[in-house]
Amino acid sequence: MVDSPEVLVIGGGSTGCGIARDLAMRGLGVTLVEKGNLTNGTTGRMHGLLHSGGRYAVSDQASAKECIEENRVLRDIASHCVEMTDGLFVQRPEDSDEYFEEKLQGCRECDIPVTVLSAEEARTKEPALAGDVERAISVPDGAIDPFRLCVANAVSAEQHGARIETHAEVTDVLLEDGAVVGCEVRHDSGSGKRVHRTPGTTEEIRADYVVNATGAWAGQIGELAGVDIEVRPSKGAMVIMNVRQVDTVINRCRPKGDADIIVPHETTAILGTTDEEVDDPEEYPEERWEVDMMIEELSKLVPILRESRTIRSFWGVRPLYEPPGTGTTDPTDITRDFFLLDHEERDGLAGMTSIVGGKFTTYRMMAERIADHVCEQFGITADCRTADEPLPGSEDFEVLQDHMEAFGLRSPIGRRSTQRLGSRAEEVLTTDDPNPVVCECEAVTRAEIQDAIDQSGTDLNAVRIRTRASMGNCQGGLCCHRMANELHPEHEEPTVRTALDELYQERWKGQRHALWGEQLSQAMLNHVLHGTTMNRDRDPARHETVNFDAFDAGAPDSGRREEPDGD
Amino acid sequence: MAISEDVVVIGGGLAGSVGALSAARTGASVRLISHKESTLRHASGLIDVLGYPNGGEQPVVNPFDALDELPTGHPYSVVGASGVRDGLALFDEITGDLYVGGHTDRNALVPTQQGTVKPTARYPRSMAAGLASDDREMLLVGFESLSDFDAPLAADHLEAAGVPFESRGVTVRFPADLRADAKLTRFATALERARTVRALAETIEPHLDGAERVGVPALLGEDDAAAVRADLESRLGVSVFELPGGPPSLPGVRLADRLFEALDSAGVHVSTGVPVVGYEAEEDRITSVLVDRGSHAPHPYHAREFVLATGGLVGKGIDSDRNGVREPIFDCHVPHPEDRYDWFLDEAFGDHPFARFGVIPDDELRPVDNQGDPEFENLRAAGSVLGGANIAAEKSGSGISLATGTLAGRLTREAI
Repeated sequence: MVDSPEVLVIGGGSTGCGIARDLAMRGLGVTLVEKGNLTNGTTGRMHGLLHSGGRYAVSDQASAKECIEENRVLRDIASHCVEMTDGLFVQRPEDSDEYFEEKLQGCRECDIPVTVLSAEEARTKEPALAGDVERAISVPDGAIDPFRLCVANAVSAEQHGARIETHAEVTDVLLEDGAVVGCEVRHDSGSGKRVHRTPGTTEEIRADYVVNATGAWAGQIGELAGVDIEVRPSKGAMVIMNVRQVDTVINRCRPKGDADIIVPHETTAILGTTDEEVDDPEEYPEERWEVDMMIEELSKLVPILRESRTIRSFWGVRPLYEPPGTGTTDPTDITRDFFLLDHEERDGLAGMTSIVGGKFTTYRMMAERIADHVCEQFGITADCRTADEPLPGSEDFEVLQDHMEAFGLRSPIGRRSTQRLGSRAEEVLTTDDPNPVVCECEAVTRAEIQDAIDQSGTDLNAVRIRTRASMGNCQGGLCCHRMANELHPEHEEPTVRTALDELYQERWKGQRHALWGEQLSQAMLNHVLHGTTMNRDRDPARHETVNFDAFDAGAPDSGRREEPDGD
Repeated sequence: MAISEDVVVIGGGLAGSVGALSAARTGASVRLISHKESTLRHASGLIDVLGYPNGGEQPVVNPFDALDELPTGHPYSVVGASGVRDGLALFDEITGDLYVGGHTDRNALVPTQQGTVKPTARYPRSMAAGLASDDREMLLVGFESLSDFDAPLAADHLEAAGVPFESRGVTVRFPADLRADAKLTRFATALERARTVRALAETIEPHLDGAERVGVPALLGEDDAAAVRADLESRLGVSVFELPGGPPSLPGVRLADRLFEALDSAGVHVSTGVPVVGYEAEEDRITSVLVDRGSHAPHPYHAREFVLATGGLVGKGIDSDRNGVREPIFDCHVPHPEDRYDWFLDEAFGDHPFARFGVIPDDELRPVDNQGDPEFENLRAAGSVLGGANIAAEKSGSGISLATGTLAGRLTREAI
């Protein structure tokens, strides 16, 4: 038995970061490796719903009960990531009364507080609802920022001694005497924070126990270890609107189906979603019909969506799992429950457990179960404290709300910054230097960008998920280059340029699914700004040498030393 | 009272303004209708004619040598080299001292706030001392509270581009009490006070260290830019220049202001803040455009000839929805792929089909229908509403606006 076991957690999503935090708080040595950014997989690609449990109250009451329990916990420990918007299950004329009653009854059975609203009451709460809705059930749904939550878990884990390595892909699982003893990882730009143009390295990380928390990618890690893990990745499309057309989570009150939820998220509203099984969690079609269906279907609940501006779309893959032999064909019927696969019991391979299935809202509970399981292996009895100890940023948040104006920022900017940073606001925003706004759409100042750079090196997408900079209407057109400027002089010009190009391309990727109307106009403006004004598309710094002598060197009256050659 | 003119020009950007000025040359009565502030106010203020034909990566030295390489259907193919020269000549006449570049056909390479260099045919006089083919040592000066421009980074970027001079950058505190997120215009207005210029000179002076020219972001005064720059130059004893950037862009604002002064002197009637929402026609001639002046019914503006200069996707002269692309006033034909997923490429800086969306002109700049016949006998199009050019990649937007605006104005005046 090991006194102070070292655990390697694979996967930097909500589950992996939650596990790392839990284990580190119980005093275990923890290393977490993630092949991309934190939230790179499914966590960064969800609609941001903090479930009340209402969605599962008819079909899966066990999940519904877990959801409402964790909903209450997260409001407490992650207050700076949560906005309690409330949610409505809205019944349209074509939706059955019977299901409405089942939903109501189910919520009550699961201890989810409900109120029935008449059509008029529902429209008073949410004026954008269609004129012909019948009635609604109000539930405590909320919005949650998965990026902020995941990063806060990682930061807390680090504060408890964990090592977090992003851009570190597992290339092999190390086996000795029929047991897993660690992994070989490839650091994209050396270990530690990512810095573009730094050469990659390979490292063998040995561990007393390995946790595979890679969700939809679990099968790939299983393959490296020689075990079968039958995850059934299912894709879902989400469409981001330019503003919050609604301030309440709007669910369609019907059994199941695509395009039945709208989540107000920060400055936007997110429409979701579809559910289609895919073979590969990274290679799957992102299709026009999914975007069109989302807009058409959800316009039946909120008609204004049909004419509104969408700013991008994205797809995520659910890490669905069902035990071998269940044989469900429709992915919407696969359980949302999570499964802990101890490979010693299951496959005779000691030293590794995988966690698959599950939902974002219950990430902490999943992490607790697997941390319990790991501790059992080593006879450790430390209690889980993650349900009680607030995450960094969520300590004494209410006290800070009073001091929002204290950082020399205009009130809307100060408010937005403080909402994002929570109890870290003072530490981050207090500066003697000028603190201009870098991203106007999302009201992000230089101090916040610099704080994120301290955490994530030159990876501007990691800065983006921490701050929301470049996630507003202009999709980075007006601020990508400002964000990159903030990397200098700590990082050199070519590194800054590479980081900027990567962010700009990432921002373009999602906009491709929103290119009509206002957003096509915005895309052309960005194209002209970065192409015509900045000439970033044909930057001589990255092409062959320009013959400067051949060009106009100034008019005869320009004051330069040499006279021009003339034509 | 009914409004009636010889010519109505729709759109108050570069193409519309020169179109109106060109049409008004022989005394025709011209009205220009402009809905919103011109997108020119966001543009760099540089007048590009052609920098990179056909997707090339090397800037062309002489744009006139490269015009022949452009595909048929490109607006330059319609107006020809003489049309480009006519447009530049009219521009030089309008802008006078404000711009430089007419002494040569060759492109100038102008350093940008990003630290890139950009090929352009005309540049504001305030940028003249910054040209990259001039080998004088350069100091770039940025301000702590302007996040758009990082002077040391831009200087390093210029060196990475291989410029033939030494380039350094320094970031200083702006010597006036502005709030941390003050807009660019606040800086510009502050510099119109002599004591701010004096304080700025004192701030820059210790960093000169042999530099023979000093570049700052384009904020040296709003209305009185030449005097601000001259004052700073005399205090520093070296040339001072502005670097283009934005939006917002003061050189763009100054150009827009100059164009409106010219319209005023030429006697062009200008109606601003009102959108054209439709038109009336008899057979194949437009008789009036309908203007929404906020009253219950749109008001007809009659004319004999019309110029469409409403801009492209940015200026909303070309509009789209999930199912298609259209020209919203006259519903002129805008060719585009049926599936909107064929409107773009996956690379951010790819040669996007959407960048070429616009109406197609005949050889008299009349937009044509899908059969190639003019939509109307008396409607001509100019500027970014025309399709067929990727202005961002080619660096050709301003030149196209000048050449087609000037030609549309001339053909219009000849038609009356």
